[in-house]
Amino acid sequence: MKVFEEVGRGTIGAFAYAGGVAELLGDALRFIAGLRIRVRETLDQAFLLGVQSLSIVILTSLFTGMVFSLESANQAVSYGVGNLVGGLVAFTAARELGPMLSAVVVAGRTGAAIAAELGSMVVTEQIEALQSLGLSPTRMLVVPRLLALVVMLPLLTVLADIVSIVGGMWVAGVYAHISQESFITSARAAVPFDDVLKGLFKSVVFAVIIAMIGSYQGLQTRGGAAGVGKATTGAVVTSIILIFMFNFALSYVLFGSS
Amino acid sequence: MALWARLDDVCVRYGPKIVMQNLSLDIVEGAITCIIGLSGAGKSTILRLLNGLKKPDTGRVFVRGKDITEMRERDLIDLRRTIGFAFQFSALFDSLTIGENVALPLRENTKMHDGEIRKLVSETLDSVGLAHVEERSPSELSGGMVKRAGFARAVVSNPAAVLYDEPTTGLDPIITHVLTDLIVKLREKLNGTAVVVSHDLESIYIMADYIAMLFEGAIVAYGTVDEIRRSPNPIVQQFLQGSEVGPIPI
Ligand SMILES: Nc1ncnc2c1ncn2[C@@H]1O[C@H](COP(=O)(O)OP(=O)(O)OP(=O)(O)O)[C@@H](O)[C@H]1O
Ligand SMILES: [Mg+2]
Repeated sequence: MKVFEEVGRGTIGAFAYAGGVAELLGDALRFIAGLRIRVRETLDQAFLLGVQSLSIVILTSLFTGMVFSLESANQAVSYGVGNLVGGLVAFTAARELGPMLSAVVVAGRTGAAIAAELGSMVVTEQIEALQSLGLSPTRMLVVPRLLALVVMLPLLTVLADIVSIVGGMWVAGVYAHISQESFITSARAAVPFDDVLKGLFKSVVFAVIIAMIGSYQGLQTRGGAAGVGKATTGAVVTSIILIFMFNFALSYVLFGSS
Repeated sequence: MALWARLDDVCVRYGPKIVMQNLSLDIVEGAITCIIGLSGAGKSTILRLLNGLKKPDTGRVFVRGKDITEMRERDLIDLRRTIGFAFQFSALFDSLTIGENVALPLRENTKMHDGEIRKLVSETLDSVGLAHVEERSPSELSGGMVKRAGFARAVVSNPAAVLYDEPTTGLDPIITHVLTDLIVKLREKLNGTAVVVSHDLESIYIMADYIAMLFEGAIVAYGTVDEIRRSPNPIVQQFLQGSEVGPIPI
């Protein structure tokens, strides 16, 4: 019986959570649709986010592209299809690696920062202070962060795509003696521009997930500094799980038939 | 006597803890009402109820005749713009400078020009004894300075009603005197309403038109300064005298 109770409570909790996030997103979209946007704050956030995540995105995608190329190039050359390596690396980078890696890195960096910042504003009553001035925390805080992520994450994804392909190309040249021309030709042939765009669409969805989960967890913070810590880890864990789930669903829908 | 607000049979709970039980209180328009009571009695919660930051579990809260417990968020936002709130722990935005903190309600809620805003902000900061700190950040100021900046932010837009949560706690006697005077002056200037939570009896006797004492979830005494000082209620007398012996358990 106890198990059922637990499961029941967990289910209700998950629905309440989803409902809360959806309500916050609806609120944010209403402000965006009404063009009630704080441009300065949005630009500041976008800049901050870019600076925070740039080096980590570059490093993770570089090494992932390199290791991917390393493992596939040796195999491919031994089967006599070395000319396909470029295609393989580029294909994976544009569809999966670029969007996923940059989203996970940004969730850990910026999603956590959003939850921590809003959470500490809750416990120091700054959120209530905003409300007491007749200002909406959604408009003042959530909308700028959402827009900044929606603009910046696709840019970081493009960068991740390029860096991982370049890294892969370098490794393929050094270890498997695959020429740059052959690598690029194969990459071009394997990845239609469409795929890149679909990859970027994914990253827009991931941006919304990171911004909304971070904001929601932050604004739901209860109980002092310990609560801020909980909100922060909760935001990172939840958004990374959701990114993986949505990634599968989106790949199925976008690439399922090709 | 017109009423500015009325708490009607309000109950508030946090989890299992009952903070207010069937509490009713009238706030007279154009007067200064001081709320006294023990630490943890629920004084800050009363101020939160009055501008809709906290919803009661049961009961109603009327402000200017309207039931704000049933108000839409949008109307509540309009209402809050007419009510200043000086928080107990100031609640300054730590990502903004002191000047930007005080300027925020003017920038967001009025059409004033930059120059006018600057002037008004520096005048208001001057009036609480904080000249030339506009560019500093809240973390660079002392506790008392932060407190006064929070006070300035609450009153800078000349709201018709102001809720002050322990505005003079932790301040030196001179500044305490200045702020007490300021609360009275602001009320006179706008014929506005003020609700002041305070432990500072001296200031209360100077500024209060009415005093309400909160004890164990209800208002146990309400009246003018003279009425409260002469109250036969042993709870009130023990509190005013700060005595250890009496009906209030320690
Ligand atoms: N967010 C909260 N969660 C749980 N309990 C709370 C919360 N806020 C207030 N309380 C409880 O409600 C009661 C009233 O709190 P409130 O802050 O209104 O007291 P107060 O009279 O202002 O006290 P003080 O003079 O110390 O500021 C306290 O006992 C407090 O423990
Ligand atoms: Mg209090």
